[in-house]
Amino acid sequence: MLKTKIEVKDFNFFYGDQHALKDVNLNICKNKVLGIIGPSGCGKSTFLRNINRMNDTIAGTRASGTMLIDGQNIFAENMDVVELRRRVGMVFQKSNPFPKSIFDNVAYGLRVNGRKDKEYVEHKVEESLKGAALWEEVKDRLQASAFDLSGGQQQRLCIARALAIEPEVLLMDEPASALDPTATAKIEELIQELKKKYTIVIVTHNMQQAARISDYTAFFMLGELVEYNETQKIFTNPEKEITEEYITGRFG
Amino acid sequence: MKIKEKLIHGLFLFNGLLVVFILIGIFSLLVFTAIPAFKEINIKEFLFSSNWNPTSYVKETYGIGAMLVSTIMVTAGALLLAVPIGIGAAAYLSDVASPKIREIVKPIIEILAGIPSVVIGFLGIVFVGPVISKTFGLPNGLNAVNGSILLGVMALPTIISLSEDALSSVSKTYSDASLALGATRWQTVIKVKIPAALSGVIAACMLGMGRAIGETMTVLMATGCAPAMPRSYLDSVRTMTSTIAIELGEVPYYTTHYYALFAVGLVLFIMTFCVNMTSDIILHKYQGKRV
Repeated sequence: MLKTKIEVKDFNFFYGDQHALKDVNLNICKNKVLGIIGPSGCGKSTFLRNINRMNDTIAGTRASGTMLIDGQNIFAENMDVVELRRRVGMVFQKSNPFPKSIFDNVAYGLRVNGRKDKEYVEHKVEESLKGAALWEEVKDRLQASAFDLSGGQQQRLCIARALAIEPEVLLMDEPASALDPTATAKIEELIQELKKKYTIVIVTHNMQQAARISDYTAFFMLGELVEYNETQKIFTNPEKEITEEYITGRFG
Repeated sequence: MKIKEKLIHGLFLFNGLLVVFILIGIFSLLVFTAIPAFKEINIKEFLFSSNWNPTSYVKETYGIGAMLVSTIMVTAGALLLAVPIGIGAAAYLSDVASPKIREIVKPIIEILAGIPSVVIGFLGIVFVGPVISKTFGLPNGLNAVNGSILLGVMALPTIISLSEDALSSVSKTYSDASLALGATRWQTVIKVKIPAALSGVIAACMLGMGRAIGETMTVLMATGCAPAMPRSYLDSVRTMTSTIAIELGEVPYYTTHYYALFAVGLVLFIMTFCVNMTSDIILHKYQGKRV
């Protein structure tokens, strides 16, 4: 019943000499939310940024092992990275709208992908902003600068921007870490809505957040995947002691 | 100790004041020597007439229209060449070139700024000129295009170096966001990085332009120096700077001609001042935005 969207086998990743991810194995299920938790520097963001090969922008990195999306190797020679990133959208830790209008921010992904038809773009911008639960707040000022929005609104704008190109997978790197509780609640609510259409992988520092929103949880430490299971099991009855110590807040 | 501090303080204060004093001195010399020219010359005629004939036996005329147009033509031509090439090279250096190539190429480009203008003018006469005359079938290649090409080359280092600085300082979060949306590197540079760095890039172009307007030796050598209203880029032109350089050495002191040349200098000064001022304002606005 559960379909695998992304399959990771013996995956290793290096920043120069530093071994950042060690023999990671896990399957990410379609239309589910995978939460990745772990102490700072454990490799969770690195893992996330490999799924759309954003680590390519950092010089001196190297990957080995396989990572498959729908059976296709993400790290294959013939993988078109631009095409991959269209399929795998990303929301960053710090909201990073372009210094452009709200409309142009959302339309950007469409335009660079060659969709210039005005009616289609307008329709898609509206749909994406609605999808990110931002439409009602900005529909009267689409031409205003994205910087006029509050932090929470900016982050939802970034989500709308990612949704506009209809990705299959949505990667979120601590999307709520810089937001206040109200804005965080809105984003979390949104994630529940989004998983109906997308496969979501979210990195979070916040244990309660992982427990609330994810279906599966992966616990990383020092570059290794320590434990991976259904969220409920991880949080109520973890197999390893160290997992329990971390989620109960004894370190990290 | 205290006395030493005071001495050092005094020394720096003296140096600072000296520079300001010299600049004010030059400016007032320019203004006060230019003013007497307008006792005999109508300002309107001075600015808009294109008849510059200060040594006529019949009637001396002092119209800088032709030189003004020539200066603007040569400068505009230079920018037309240097801005696209400069920004393209800056984009290449900041986003495409590997760090190793950037480390080698950028200093080389900056060294290009140190080539003496007379050497560039020399190249204009022996190399660019013949190419132009062959291409367009002209008797000689000393004209506005030649000047534009040379000034463009001279403005390039400034434009490339400063634009590259502006592009490199655009936050990585913008380019990451763009790449993550499936934009190519090229699209990211054109649609996100250049717009985000626009004020820095414009300031770089303005500074390049400031250099082109004031340049004398190169245009003197390469543009043919015909003091008439140019009809096309293939005409010989004589810019304001060339006119001053040619005539000031031979003019009798304290004559209308002498004063008129200072007035030309004043107009030139006002032009470069405006350009530099504008670029400074743009640059400040840009620095203020990126705190």
